[in-house]
Amino acid sequence: MIKLDSKIPAGSLKDKWENHKFNMKLVSPANKRKYEIIIVGTGLAGASAAASLGELGYNVKVFTYHDSARRAHSIAAQGGINAAKNYQNDGDSVYRLFYDTIKGGDFRAREANVYRLAEISGNIIDQCVALGVPFAREYGGMLDNRSFGGTLVSRTFYAKGQTGQQLLLGAYSAMNRQIKLGKVKLYTRREMVDLVVVDGIARGIIVRNLVTGDIEKYSAHVVILATGGYSNVFFLSTNAINSNATAIWRAHKRGAAFANPCFTQIHPTCLPLHGEGQSKLTLMSESLRNDGRIWVSKFKGDIRHPNEIPEEERDYFLERKYPTYGNLSPRDISSRAAKEVVDEGRGAQGQEAVYLDFRDAIKRLGRKVIEERYGNLFEMYKTITGDDPYEVPMKIYPAPHYTMGGLWVDYNLMSTVPGLFVAGEANFSDHGANRLGASALMQGLADGYFILPYTVGNYLGSEKPTLVETDHPEFEKSKKEIQDFTNKLLSIKGKRTVDSFHKQLGRLMWDKVGMSRSAQGLKEAINQIRELREEFWRDVNVVGSANDLNQCLERAGRVADYLELGELMAIDALHRNESCGAHFRVEYQTEDGEALRNDEEYAYVAAWEFKEVGKWELNKEPLIFENVQLTTRSYK
Amino acid sequence: MNQRKLNLTLKIWRQPGPNSAGSFVEYKVSVSPDSSFLEMLDDLNNELESKNLEPIAFESDCREGICGTCGLVINGHPHGPIPKIATCQLHMRNFKDGDTIWVEPFRAKAFPVIKDLIVDRSALDRIMEAGGFISVNTGSAPDGNAIPIPKDVASEAMDSASCIGCGACVAACKNSSAMLFVGAKVSHLALLPQGQPERYIRVQAMVKKMDELGFGACSNTYACEAECPKGISIINIARLNREYIKSKLIADEV
Repeated sequence: MIKLDSKIPAGSLKDKWENHKFNMKLVSPANKRKYEIIIVGTGLAGASAAASLGELGYNVKVFTYHDSARRAHSIAAQGGINAAKNYQNDGDSVYRLFYDTIKGGDFRAREANVYRLAEISGNIIDQCVALGVPFAREYGGMLDNRSFGGTLVSRTFYAKGQTGQQLLLGAYSAMNRQIKLGKVKLYTRREMVDLVVVDGIARGIIVRNLVTGDIEKYSAHVVILATGGYSNVFFLSTNAINSNATAIWRAHKRGAAFANPCFTQIHPTCLPLHGEGQSKLTLMSESLRNDGRIWVSKFKGDIRHPNEIPEEERDYFLERKYPTYGNLSPRDISSRAAKEVVDEGRGAQGQEAVYLDFRDAIKRLGRKVIEERYGNLFEMYKTITGDDPYEVPMKIYPAPHYTMGGLWVDYNLMSTVPGLFVAGEANFSDHGANRLGASALMQGLADGYFILPYTVGNYLGSEKPTLVETDHPEFEKSKKEIQDFTNKLLSIKGKRTVDSFHKQLGRLMWDKVGMSRSAQGLKEAINQIRELREEFWRDVNVVGSANDLNQCLERAGRVADYLELGELMAIDALHRNESCGAHFRVEYQTEDGEALRNDEEYAYVAAWEFKEVGKWELNKEPLIFENVQLTTRSYK
Repeated sequence: MNQRKLNLTLKIWRQPGPNSAGSFVEYKVSVSPDSSFLEMLDDLNNELESKNLEPIAFESDCREGICGTCGLVINGHPHGPIPKIATCQLHMRNFKDGDTIWVEPFRAKAFPVIKDLIVDRSALDRIMEAGGFISVNTGSAPDGNAIPIPKDVASEAMDSASCIGCGACVAACKNSSAMLFVGAKVSHLALLPQGQPERYIRVQAMVKKMDELGFGACSNTYACEAECPKGISIINIARLNREYIKSKLIADEV
């Protein structure tokens, strides 16, 4: 049994972080030079942490499996980043951002973490502006804002439809400065394949050099994982092709508890599936819901062209069901509503899709304004589908997008393995059971720029860990295990391709551990995943060699991990006998089909401890709400 | 959904490693017009794997045209024949049944081939490390609205900043020049008030590194602009030249 100590500081919500910053241990500038820090991942969280820790004087090593640090998937975030600046004078405040986020997460996140996130949000914008991020401006030269799902204020800052790109390039540039100054050393084309733990403390990592195939060892006083989420367990998701769970999963198997694995977000506005060979689902930014109206025909099996369906025969189902928030209802609610109308047989032209229509917005604002706001998104849509959204409504459908679950961390972002910190989407910390739009970028940068630089120092200052050299037997043992694992994969020489397993797992996860889940389906899923895992280890065919650039081998290792993680997701979903946020169990719903939470029994974080493959122990961290009242989320 | 399939002949560059000789290998595929170019290669790779043959090594990541990872020369064009898209956004409906398609890696002295269609573009990062940043430590920033920036200036900086760092400009250029890439970053930061203090040191440092790494000079053929998936304008090169000359007059040598 792991002891889960959230280390939430005492005091009132407003003072916790301020007090904690004062109480945390500091490391003197002269001593910072003596500490080695490993960061895995160069997305928003990883790059901003590397830059900030390098600036403080630590020796930082950063690892990425990409050819360049700028490729990390944060780059693809489109819509924006939230901050409680209240530049619009529309009633925003730190407390409102906190409240919206905790409510949006359906009361399954820690109050203290979420409040800190809201508190820091303004500094993030300042920092990004100073780094040269070209946020959208108004004519007077001030920063422009727009609104996103789940909120009634405009607090989202954006850079065209490429906010993630610009924020990432900002953090990347800050990190590059530290590379030039010699405080950060970058290792590209390296994939983390193991965490090395000695005497219960994280001491380093094992990576595979993706060009030469060499298994390399690196040691440090602190290891930070900022390796993103695990939506690719579904095979088809909005994540990049290479986004994977391997780093966090291998750390999990070395002792880091995995929290709320079943909290996976399905994003409502993605391009629908076109065929068998499809490799990913493309996201269309949620910001489109500011001006686009979502609808389907009122009639089942209506295959008419959308422009031929008259106004009175259209069902604007989000506006009808949720008049207050309408098309800007939160992601989980909007996704389920879309699935509902499609399941009724009212999908767009008989497909698994609903319409997102800009006809009225173009009429109201003119084409030029719409072009300015969404031009690049419209072009992207046209490139992929061949349809022009200025003329024909877009077709959209929900797709796996973000994982709220991740490695369990305390208030300091440290996992259950001392010395191992986890940041960004890779941790579970701030979004509860559902994340609001434009909050992922906020969290990634909050963790990297403003939280880790303090809490990592506190760990080093108070624990004073020693460096374990890479010739230590644990490093050797770990390296040997990885080599054996690789050789085993290469020696199976079965009949099925790696992708065929991944696709089969993905379909299974989507059908049974996806947007709506039932006890029956989850039990079936658990058995089927186990069978599929056995078949994988019996019949997969991994071609090529271990000592070369081998993309087939890379994928095989990741799929092997998904086949274990998928099972845990199903187990977690089965154990949580309630519906909350993105986790919707058909047995637990209100009369009008909304999620029915069970606060009495399930207001806790489920932190799973790895025992052996297919076996976990559940640990619970109770969630205590001292400031907000747990209400039924209503967006009506 | 389109049921009709396209039958195509692919001539794909295969090269086992940096120091081995490469050659074109022919493959026959049948593909849906709704498929993307890279999905076609995924399918082909799956087929190769099921025959116990090594898949074609190529890179891609976001498959939304923003990460800059993918980059193939298709029928002589970096990112293929359709303007203003990355390779991953190219769909097969742009080809005709019976077409022969030539697929090669990005070629430049500064981009050595690693394997098949994968090249090493890390030289671009080295240029960024030389000066593509504003020196501001975390925590020291003033309020975001402290310095008003005119809307058109912010948009112009944004246009330059939208470079995805794919290297198509280098691959398109007969001199393998990286001046569009460098010009875009120099412009982005030189246009903004935040970028002023280091404006001239930056341009000198970046140009120096660019020259060191074996990129050629610009001879104004505009091939870079034509092939850029983000439509980065050649104006950025003009601005780079202007900034560089000014820096030589105003600032100390770096």
